[in-house]
Amino acid sequence: MDSITVSGVGKAYRDYPSRWSRLREWVSLTSNVYHTKNWVVRNISFSIPAGAAIGLVGVNGAGKSTLLKMIAGVSSVSEGRIEVIGSVSAILELGLAFHPDFTGRQNARLAGMLLGHSHEEMDALMPDIAAFSEIGDYLDRPVRTYSTGMQVRLAFSVATARRPDVLLVDEALSVGDVYFQQKSFARIRSYRELGSTLVLVSHDKTAIQSICDSVILLDRGRVIDQGEPAAMFDLYNALIADPSGATLNKSHAADGRSVTVSGTGQAKVSSIKILSEGSDVEAGSFIVGAQVVLEVQVEAHADIERLIFGYMVRDRLGQVVYGTNTHHTGNPLCNVRSGSKVLFRLSFSLNIGPGKYSISTALVSSDTHLDSNYEWTDQAHQFEVLIGERTYFEGSSWLEPSVEVVI
Amino acid sequence: MQKQSLWPELVGVWTYRDFIMAAVARDFSQRYKRSFLGALWAVLSPLSMILIYTLVFSNLMQGRLFEGSSNYAYSTYLIAGLLPWALFAEMVSRGQMMFIENANLLKKAAFPKLCLPAILIIGALQNFCIVFSVFLLGLLLQGEFRGIITLTIIPVLAIQVLFAAGAALLLATLNVFFRDVMQLTAILLQLTFWLTPIAYAISIIPTSYQWLFELNPLLPLFGAYQIIMVRGLPPDWWSLAPTVALALVLNILAWAILKARFNEIVDEL
Repeated sequence: MDSITVSGVGKAYRDYPSRWSRLREWVSLTSNVYHTKNWVVRNISFSIPAGAAIGLVGVNGAGKSTLLKMIAGVSSVSEGRIEVIGSVSAILELGLAFHPDFTGRQNARLAGMLLGHSHEEMDALMPDIAAFSEIGDYLDRPVRTYSTGMQVRLAFSVATARRPDVLLVDEALSVGDVYFQQKSFARIRSYRELGSTLVLVSHDKTAIQSICDSVILLDRGRVIDQGEPAAMFDLYNALIADPSGATLNKSHAADGRSVTVSGTGQAKVSSIKILSEGSDVEAGSFIVGAQVVLEVQVEAHADIERLIFGYMVRDRLGQVVYGTNTHHTGNPLCNVRSGSKVLFRLSFSLNIGPGKYSISTALVSSDTHLDSNYEWTDQAHQFEVLIGERTYFEGSSWLEPSVEVVI
Repeated sequence: MQKQSLWPELVGVWTYRDFIMAAVARDFSQRYKRSFLGALWAVLSPLSMILIYTLVFSNLMQGRLFEGSSNYAYSTYLIAGLLPWALFAEMVSRGQMMFIENANLLKKAAFPKLCLPAILIIGALQNFCIVFSVFLLGLLLQGEFRGIITLTIIPVLAIQVLFAAGAALLLATLNVFFRDVMQLTAILLQLTFWLTPIAYAISIIPTSYQWLFELNPLLPLFGAYQIIMVRGLPPDWWSLAPTVALALVLNILAWAILKARFNEIVDEL
């Protein structure tokens, strides 16, 4: 069953050429229209099954927050329909009804009632709010004496005091200290496990990847794509690098993973190999700690003033494990002629935990991916790291200790 | 454009009743927060006003309202009109700002928007009750209390609240789109105050102009308070009929405009 159904939704703000034209439209007996519609989002359709966690991702102005506000019922839709089943709790801004002169407890009560809780419910929820926010004695002091972090903690504790059927969160989690961020995440995750549907708007890739099973990518008020978080973030990065989207090329590799390529194409990666050091044979899996060589063949399709090669190793969640480029390593290449081939050889040891990894490559003119971007390829290559004969360990890094036990 | 029915909003207001009452209580205590005397000020300020008027008009100026009236008649007349007027002015002037002042709440929180007028009306009535109780107590001490007939101010008050609520809702909606309303309301309130015999008696107006004043729909309303409190007589209910009619028209108009523009309000704030 779908808990949120968005069908053909659009939101337009009315632009009137002058104040008089609005008045004229209001009082005129004819149905003349004097405004133009400025569509911020349009033709949005998707459905979210009950219990799913969806991330809404997009650059500023893509329409994520507008969409979330419409799902929350704060803002109305201009066309289409949104159906939400069950109780909805929206965290669009923390500490909304807080007044500095009132105590945390008084503010928490009112903020809770603003969410629709009754007096009795707030009485019942207050011990949990006090415990979760961890602000101790400050609960009975005026909010003006609070640090920003304390206000956020209290506000979040109120906003999530009761598990809703649908929880909508807008960027609210990127504030507060790391400890509380993790704690609030744990709460959201536990609500999800208990069956709540979650919609998260965030720029924070880690946050989205750790909690969402699917991401909807928005750009300029349209849905670009929907899919698994890692692939959508690759697409998102490509969109940032190439806002026109003209050179964006998304294809699916043989094994089903999606490969996103963007850039001007003035230089291209023609082959990628990972070899065990001292061998010429390409391999797909390696033992933890193995010495390997990443060989990348690049072809210039135009005269290039300056060529930088960069790469990133990412884990299965798409988190960057390591990344650098030849600008940082001090090997920039200047005046590359069209048609020439360049081989980059990078040797390193795979001191990372077992698992599947992917490599993203970048051919650029400077150390940022936003300057001249010749080619950016996400998921350009994949490999696996195996534990082999190594001592068993947990984690993403291989920090092998030599153990000494002193009695 | 999706047209929204206001009915779910009204149901929402009921489910949010605890929030409304809590917000009223907050508004009240916010006013006296961080002061030594706290809520005592809610009594002290009207009390001082009543004392000053009583002193000035009954002893110093020896104002006589009509033949055979007591020394206190003019001050009672004045206060009986001024207190309801203060309620009227508060509801209209604060009410017209209710959507603008709560813009952030309306844009960020999913709650029934019609909680805002409810908070306004209940809050204003609460203040009025406190202030009017002080007045009644004063009358009791002066021996000017009119007894059971005083209860007839309740229906008069109800008509006034209906009138003011309609005006406030209408102005609040218009104000979101045309901010000139704010300035205009301030002028209109001033004008209405002086065109209504509150601070003076209608008898000081030349007889040939009195018919003009009697066109004012608020005249019988405030006149009713004065008749009840000063003379201890029930008001002429039929004279209030045009006021009731206008209050209903205001409310119907306010609801029609609110319904048509409801979705646009949040977009425009």
